Amino acid sequence: MKIVEKSRLWFGLSGLVILIGFVFIFMMGLNLGIDFTGGTIIQIDLGKSFTTQEVREITDQFDKEASITYAGENRTQVQVKTKLDLSETERAEVFDKFRDKYGLDTEDLVSMQKVGPTIGNQLKRQAVVSLAVAALGMLLYITYRFEFKFGVVATTALLHDVLVVLAVYAIMQIPINTSFIAAMLTIVGYSINATIVIFDRIRENRGYMKKGTSLTELVNLSVTQSVARSVNTSFTTLLTIGMIYLLGVSAIKEFALPLIVGIISGTYSSVLIAGPLWAFWKNKEKPRAGRA
Amino acid sequence: MNLKRTVIFTAVVLIIGLSAYILSFGASLGAYDMIPVKDAIKYGLDLRGGVYVVLEAKPEEGGAVSDETLTRAIATIRNRVDGLGVSEPVIAKQGENRIRIELPDVTDSQNAIDIIGKTAQLKFLDPDGEMVLTGDNVRNAEAIYQTHPSGRKEPVVSLELDSEGAGRFADVTGAIMEIPDVQGYQPERSISIVLDEDVISAPEVQAHITDGKAIINGMPNIEAAADLATLIKAGALPVDMEAVEIRTVGPTLGANSLERSARAGFIGIFLVMLFMAVYYRLPGLVASLSLIIYIMIVLLILVSINAALTLPGIAGLLLSIGMAVDANVIIFERLKEELRNGKSLRPAIDAGFKRAFRTILDANITTLIAAAVLFYLGAGPIQGFAVTLTVGILSSMFTAIVITKMLLKMVVGMNITRNTKLFGA
Repeated sequence: MKIVEKSRLWFGLSGLVILIGFVFIFMMGLNLGIDFTGGTIIQIDLGKSFTTQEVREITDQFDKEASITYAGENRTQVQVKTKLDLSETERAEVFDKFRDKYGLDTEDLVSMQKVGPTIGNQLKRQAVVSLAVAALGMLLYITYRFEFKFGVVATTALLHDVLVVLAVYAIMQIPINTSFIAAMLTIVGYSINATIVIFDRIRENRGYMKKGTSLTELVNLSVTQSVARSVNTSFTTLLTIGMIYLLGVSAIKEFALPLIVGIISGTYSSVLIAGPLWAFWKNKEKPRAGRA
Repeated sequence: MNLKRTVIFTAVVLIIGLSAYILSFGASLGAYDMIPVKDAIKYGLDLRGGVYVVLEAKPEEGGAVSDETLTRAIATIRNRVDGLGVSEPVIAKQGENRIRIELPDVTDSQNAIDIIGKTAQLKFLDPDGEMVLTGDNVRNAEAIYQTHPSGRKEPVVSLELDSEGAGRFADVTGAIMEIPDVQGYQPERSISIVLDEDVISAPEVQAHITDGKAIINGMPNIEAAADLATLIKAGALPVDMEAVEIRTVGPTLGANSLERSARAGFIGIFLVMLFMAVYYRLPGLVASLSLIIYIMIVLLILVSINAALTLPGIAGLLLSIGMAVDANVIIFERLKEELRNGKSLRPAIDAGFKRAFRTILDANITTLIAAAVLFYLGAGPIQGFAVTLTVGILSSMFTAIVITKMLLKMVVGMNITRNTKLFGA
């Protein structure tokens, strides 16, 4: 397979997705969920169908901007989302009003989440720190086991995946919550795994290469040999995670979706970006290198 | 065909099947009782329902929160939680100035939050508003019914003071008894009982109390009296605390999440096995067998380290199944190559495993690095995810490198076929 020769196409495609993502981030921003913005989500099982109008009669007393959505399998549950950080008394009042109107008891409060406004900033910092620490740890490990350049390229591929997932979230305006960060870190772990399998092959093939074999041939051969593994592994992983996405509850979907995007992006970057990038760098360093 | 090896292999398959059956449905054999693994595993709040609260210390202007203050606050909260009768609560320090509290199975979340978050600074004030004693002087508090002079039973909190408190209480009540008692309520003869700036009761003193026994009346019901008694007994928080994060999950939502995720997981796993068998043929079937072993190992480890399975944890588990298959895929792709290079079956298997080992090791260690970062920097359900991911990765390496190899060698040893096509060549 001629992977390296077409590297402009691969880099270009990724660049395009990331660029569009950035345009969306600058124009519309990311859709941050309450974990970041702070706010309150109350989900109540009303036990019967209802209209948003009648629910709004209650919620308007607290926040006219509150969003009302249907939830639960039979759409008998209401989810009220507000960016306000409702106090304990206010939350109790909201529920009391629903209880009086629909004749509920305490167990009908399906779930309630409240996040203070200060949590978000810490979470953002925590996310960046976690990603940086993880990336650094991997860079060190790969440098130790392989070489520094492999480490840098693998970390770049990681950055690529993080940006692609972020771009997809910006373009589709999917809400971002804590689970997104966990998913990001998982993607980082998964994608590096795929990249390493390919680098491992390059490392091994380097030893067998005849004199005069170009880096391009070396990378092409190594990627070709490991592509079946990359695709099959991603496919099986997507089978299980995809099922969770299709059949799971919304809380786990929120976690599964970035994983799905990340697995696809991770496979793409390890097969089509990492190898060519490494060859590009190596060639630049020794323009006439016969052997890697 | 090698009969002896065939018998051994068949026995191994039967044992795997039997173990899977026992883990799924439980079994009882004489004195030994195995419960199904789904009942033995501990579930996180998001799957069993409960309350998750993060309290943040709000020290007075400019003040800092010392470690010792936070530790005392945790002790107080633990006492209060014990008063609530919650099983397996988690109360832990988080960061510099926060306390994380997880209360499984609590349905009345509002009440729980009210109780754990209150500062509960109890003060007794004399008629001039001077402080007579505080909650620290209370040795014991309990909710009882007291018979009102009218004959009606009334829920109250009965307090027993320590000797210092009893002494001061005697002084104040003695002094009040000097003031002439006239018809009607006299504020100048009353002692105010104040909880966090709210006057909860201000009874008029009827006698010179020297035995250190006091009563708080005016309780709406016995539950409220019991809650207040719990608060007083546990003592006041050494610093004001504010709930900065609250998440509650009702029990039905939790059970529903678990059921649907489990079903999705089973379908996913089945599809993976199907794919492996179709694509890699005989080794794929063997991989499916070791996948069953893998799942059993992971579940047993989770049970034995008492790790809580959370919703992200289930996703982590399923992700690790994908990765467990990965190790097999790496090996089988190698095996194919070796076969294509003209090696015969057994040397090809050995070479395939040997060469794949290093790849699997390097690839998995980097994922472990990510899991470790998640564990140290994450909280709650995310930590649960990191644990399942780690357990998953380690077990997947073990099953791929040890179990799959063993099973594959057994299959080859049976000499049923020498057709390398069945091995993917």
